[in-house]
Formats: sequence, structure tokens, C-alpha cells
Amino acid sequence: MEDNRVIKTKDVNFYYGKFRALTDISMDFEKNRVTALIGPSGCGKSTLLRLLNRMNDLIDGTRVEGEVLFEGMNIYDPDVDPVEIRRRIGMVFQKPNPFPKSIFNNITYGPRLAGLSDRVELEALAEQSLKQAVLWDEVKDILGQSAMMLSGGQQQRLCIARALAMKPDVLLMDEPTSALDPISTAKIEELIQDLKRQYTIIIVTHNMQQAARISDRTGFFYIGKLIEYSATEKIFTRPDIKQTEDYITGRFG
Amino acid sequence: MTRRLKEIIIKRIFFLFACVSILILGLIVAFLFREGIPIFRIVSVRDFLLGGEWYPTFDPPAFGIWPLIVGSFIVTFLSTFIAVPLGVLSAVYISEVAPRPMKEILKPLIELLAGIPSVVLGFFGMVVLAPWLQDTFDLPTGLNIVNASLMLAVMAIPTISSIAEDALYAVPREFKEASYALGATKSETILKVIIPSALSGISTAVILGMARAIGETMVVLMVAGGAAAIPESLFDSVRPMPASIAAEMGEAPFRSEHYHALFATGIVLFLLTLAFNLIADYVSHKFRETGSGTL
Repeated sequence: MEDNRVIKTKDVNFYYGKFRALTDISMDFEKNRVTALIGPSGCGKSTLLRLLNRMNDLIDGTRVEGEVLFEGMNIYDPDVDPVEIRRRIGMVFQKPNPFPKSIFNNITYGPRLAGLSDRVELEALAEQSLKQAVLWDEVKDILGQSAMMLSGGQQQRLCIARALAMKPDVLLMDEPTSALDPISTAKIEELIQDLKRQYTIIIVTHNMQQAARISDRTGFFYIGKLIEYSATEKIFTRPDIKQTEDYITGRFG
Repeated sequence: MTRRLKEIIIKRIFFLFACVSILILGLIVAFLFREGIPIFRIVSVRDFLLGGEWYPTFDPPAFGIWPLIVGSFIVTFLSTFIAVPLGVLSAVYISEVAPRPMKEILKPLIELLAGIPSVVLGFFGMVVLAPWLQDTFDLPTGLNIVNASLMLAVMAIPTISSIAEDALYAVPREFKEASYALGATKSETILKVIIPSALSGISTAVILGMARAIGETMVVLMVAGGAAAIPESLFDSVRPMPASIAAEMGEAPFRSEHYHALFATGIVLFLLTLAFNLIADYVSHKFRETGSGTL
């Protein structure tokens, strides 16, 4: 059982300046599962997600207390290189954010930085990643063209493919469908279901139906605290805590 | 008075003020051409532009501005060559690397550089740089291409730096985040994502810096040396177009051939600056629309 928990947070507190955005978060994330983080805006769910691959380091004046263990190693240990962590824990953002480069160069950006330079290998990797993200058939003939000309849904799948090209262990997704239309959303949800066989996925979502549809476990956050965390089915059918029930039934939020 | 009428009147007033500046520009251009064109009754456009001899007060006079054009271009390009790395790198440092307090000191300092009157820079070039160049390289004169280019570079740096910085600042945060999330370091992110994304703005900055340098008069008048000959080395004196106009206009009799020739030189200068501005505009629009897809 112990092996299954890829990421563990222990009593994590997080501050933006003096403001405490997260309070005593202790949470385990299981391997090859989709874990959803839900809660009203400003509840700290995105902050927690960004903590898991040290993206919050990029914001000035932030501070972390507690431990975030990735495969048993505290990623906030001073000896740990955040670059190494981000190579193993990929991220997909709310707004599709392909680089203004060609589709091929978008996919191979990370692997090239990591030292892969063989053209044949890069091409194979691009094909494999785009196939995983179910985008290959749509773009295989236009790999040299700018990623900016793809539709929003295609761009987001490209961003997923780009993250997958790093062969990460964990994929963090920050409201990946909130900027997309329903058809693109359905495609990405389907994709997430496929990807969980190989990856551990942690997804922040505002859309409760989405959390119910795609996740195995769900954590409900409110004002920086983890209110309830258990199997998705349980959260959405018979939550233990009144606040959770109020939120998922739409009484507030 | 109805609200609608007020709106219309206000709109008209703004339109009128907008027209004034365009009208003035139009008048200046019309005047420039009216006073410059007559020279082409005496020399052909080709001989004027490509003629190698500029002896406007000799008898018979020679009106070939090719040495002046060459002089202008050489100091412009050399100063750009010096100013671009300094301007762009300082912009990168200010917008991406410097901690906030440092940024708040550096940015106004560089902008202050733009506030130095060009005559002061020229004076510095004459009194400090010229003797130093003369002694160090054992030259007949320190007033030459290198001196003028260095001084022009000092003038172009703030232009390049502040426009390039705006361009870098405008790179969406999402691009940077995407890069970091893929395991890029800060320097990799700057070199491979931020600078390429800001390239159109940086190119605009460079071109506008060049436009600034080519039109600059006082510095080149004071430190370029004033020789209307095609230079053979970087330590030769030159006479860029603006310097020639400024130096000679006072002594050219009203509506003489010399006077018309100087105005025609002004037309050439105007067209060159216009071209630089149009290119800058084109570059910044083109990239904005399509994204620099193949970078």
C-alpha cells in the first residue's frame, strides 16, 4: 500500500507574503489514479497543485512550511533542484499556452533541454506524444507550422502532448478544460481516462460534474483547508461533512 | 444643448487637434520638397545620389552626396552594432533577471541617459574621447567614425533598451510558466522562449534606434570630423548628411544651388528615416499577427 502513494504532503502551510493560503494540508496521492481537487475560487486548490512541482517558487514573497514528499523525498529540501522535479512532474495549465513555435518544436522543447538531440528519436517521441494526446491524426502533416494556428482544444491537447514528451511520472492539470468548448472538453476528459493507466493525474477543476466523471478520489477545499478527502463516489453521494454536501449540491460556491 | 450634440462637438474638436499635427507634418514635407527639387535641374538624381564629390562652393560646384550617405550609414551601422548588444542585454537584465529594487534604480537611470542633451555628448566626445583616441591609436585626429559611433551608440542605447524592455515585459507569463514546467532553467527560458517571443518588438527597438542615430545631428557635427570623402578606415573622418546640412546651411545663400542641394540632402534623410519607421512598423505588425511560428 505504501508504494502506491506517489506524493504525500505533510502539514503543509503556504503563505503569499503574510496571507496564509493553505493550512495544515496532509494528503496522499495514489499512483495511476485521477485525483480531483475541488472547491470554490480562492480555496487554495490551485495553490496546492502548483506546490507539487514547485511552480510557486516563481512567485516572489511566497513561503512553504511542512513537507511535500515525492517518492519519499522532500521536494522542498534545499538540496533538491526544482528543475529536476519539474521534469518528473509535468503540468498542464488553465489556458492553453503553446509556445509561438512550430508544433514539432513545442513538443521537443523539453526533451531537447534535457539533452536529447537525435533527430530520429525526437521525431519518434513527437509522434508518440501526439498519439498519446490523440492529436497525431490532426497535425501529422503540419508539424512544421505554428502551434498558434491550432484551435483552443487542439492547443490544449498539444500542451498535454508537450508535457507527456518529458515522460513524467505525475501530470498536474490546473482546470485544463475551463477555457474550452464542450466537445474539446469531452475529448480531453476521455484522454485523461486513458492516461491514468500510465500516469498519476492530479486535476484541479471548477466543474463538479467533471470531477465526478473522471476522478477516482476527490478532495474538497474551503478557505485554504482540506475539508474532506475520499473516494469520488463517496464525496458525491454521501459526504461525511455538511460543508462538502452544501458545496456539491450547489448551496454555496 | 442635447447630449448627442455635445458628443459630436467633442468628437470634432479632437479630430481638429489630430489634424493639426498631420497638417504641420504635411507642410514641412511639402516645403522640403519645394526647396530641394530645384537642384535636380542642375544635376541628375543619379549624379546627386551617387556622385563621389561634394564641393558645393567650388567653381564649378560638385553636388554628389555619396560620401555623405556613406558617412551616415557607416556611423549608423557601427553605432547600432555597439548599441544593440548593450541595449538588448540591459533590457533582458532589467525585465527578467534583476531583483525588484535593482530594477527600480536601473530603469530610470537608463532613461536618464536619453535625457542627456546631444550637445553635451558631443562635447564629451570632443574633449575627452577624441584626445584619448588620438593618443592611443596615434591618429591625425580623434574626430572620426569610431568616436561618432560610440557617442551615437550612447544615444541609441536608451531607445533600444526601453522599447526592447516593453517587448520582453509583454511576453505572456503563460509562456514562461510553460517553459519552467517543462524543466527549463531561467537562462534557458530567457534564451529560448522569452527573447524569441519578443523578437518582433526587439527588432522594432533596433530599427528605431537606428532611425534615431541616422537623424542625429549635433553629435556627428561635433565629433565625426567633417571630411566629405569616402572613408578608408574606421579612424577616418566622415561627414554624415545631418552634419553637412547643419554646418553649411548658414553659409549657403538663400535659394542658391547649394541651398537647394542641402534641402535635397534633407529629402534623402527624411526618406531614409521614413523607411526605417515603416520597416519597424511592418516588422512589429507582421509578427504580432502570425506569431513567430518557425522560430
